[in-house]
Amino acid sequence: MAEKVTNKSVLFNPFSKNNPVVVQILGICSVLAVTAKLEPALVMGISVIAVLAFSNVVISLLRNTIPTNIRIIVQLVVVAGLVVIVDQLLKAYAYEVSLQLSVFIGLIITNCILMGRLEAFAMANKPWPSFLDGVGNGAGYAIILIIVGFFRELLGSGTLLGYQVIPQWCYDHGYVNNGLMILPPMALITVACIIWVHRSINKDLQED
Amino acid sequence: MNKQSNTYTVIYIILLVVVVGTAMALTALALKPSQKANADADKMKQILASIKITPEKADIIDAFNQYVTDQYVVDSKGQKVESAVKAFDVNVAEESKKDAADRLLPVYESTVDGAKKYIIPVYGAGLWGPIWGYVALNDDRNTVYGAYFSHQGETPGLGAEIAKPEFGAKFVDKQFFKDGEFKSIAVVKAGNKPLNGEDYIDGVSGGTITSKGVDSMLRNCMSAYQEFLKNKQ
Repeated sequence: MAEKVTNKSVLFNPFSKNNPVVVQILGICSVLAVTAKLEPALVMGISVIAVLAFSNVVISLLRNTIPTNIRIIVQLVVVAGLVVIVDQLLKAYAYEVSLQLSVFIGLIITNCILMGRLEAFAMANKPWPSFLDGVGNGAGYAIILIIVGFFRELLGSGTLLGYQVIPQWCYDHGYVNNGLMILPPMALITVACIIWVHRSINKDLQED
Repeated sequence: MNKQSNTYTVIYIILLVVVVGTAMALTALALKPSQKANADADKMKQILASIKITPEKADIIDAFNQYVTDQYVVDSKGQKVESAVKAFDVNVAEESKKDAADRLLPVYESTVDGAKKYIIPVYGAGLWGPIWGYVALNDDRNTVYGAYFSHQGETPGLGAEIAKPEFGAKFVDKQFFKDGEFKSIAVVKAGNKPLNGEDYIDGVSGGTITSKGVDSMLRNCMSAYQEFLKNKQ
């Protein structure tokens, strides 16, 4: 990036111009898995923001001491530790939500965005910008998760956050929920549509 | 100090793992009591859900003590076992994997509107992970009064639908015995019928493997209770 790297750009760039999901195409796996309903998508987004922000800070603090040949292992250990702690905290203080997300919290470890940000940003920057970078990228991921979750739950189940949105009247007149929306392939197609719209708006992102 | 030397690397990773390990162990220890309390309250909530009682979060323990009048463990011959563990603490997941004859079978007795109900825990496998539930039977130990199912990680919108009250409600008034013989209750694809003339309900469309899981869970777990259930018939 040619533009000057300010704290503001570090925080807000990942929302659109440098979005981890639709521009860098990272973290697609969990976008497919948790977006059939809006609520798990929301909580997953928040958890990823928390884990990403704190692991960024920890790695940034350690960045000058980490031996280069084991840096990936060090990053993994830190992320894994944080994810386990988040999981434990959810079990103790937000039990219902932790039941809903079950294995997906543990799978944050394998989210490519985390390793990507740690390796690309936290290893080379001070803690405060790293924290902002973590929050920004986590939020950029969460936004896409929420958009996809919104459309999949609305079209697939006719509900939003569990509340019936599409009126019974429509069903009486032959409207049917699109069962395909609930299946993972439609998440991929929804993401593709978002990328399409996003790139038509931001011409500079288009490749030849 | 040479940060690329092997000694530095080994010491660094050992220290890191010890620090992270300690942090995780401390969190786990510190949070264990509230996690256990959450898990117990959740189990009580699930048991109550099978008899259609849904208390507020704060009232779960009171409601459990009020509605669940007795709990005991039976063996596959239907006899009460004087076991060291309370029915509530029996690990149904472990028991359901043993031979039916060796299982400890917990039973909860409850009184709803003056009528006795028997609540039986069931446990099995869905598509992605374990599924479980509680089946409440009427005083005849045959007809379903209510059922509650849950799961660990079934697909949201598909297999996960078994956790909805609407799914459990389909079991109401179905019977496990036909002419005094244990038949279970089948979960079949909508429009199909089971082969042996047992009572059946429609499975979740798009959740075929989870539905089959519920079917075999009921067969496996409820059949172990058949002597206990027959005692009344």
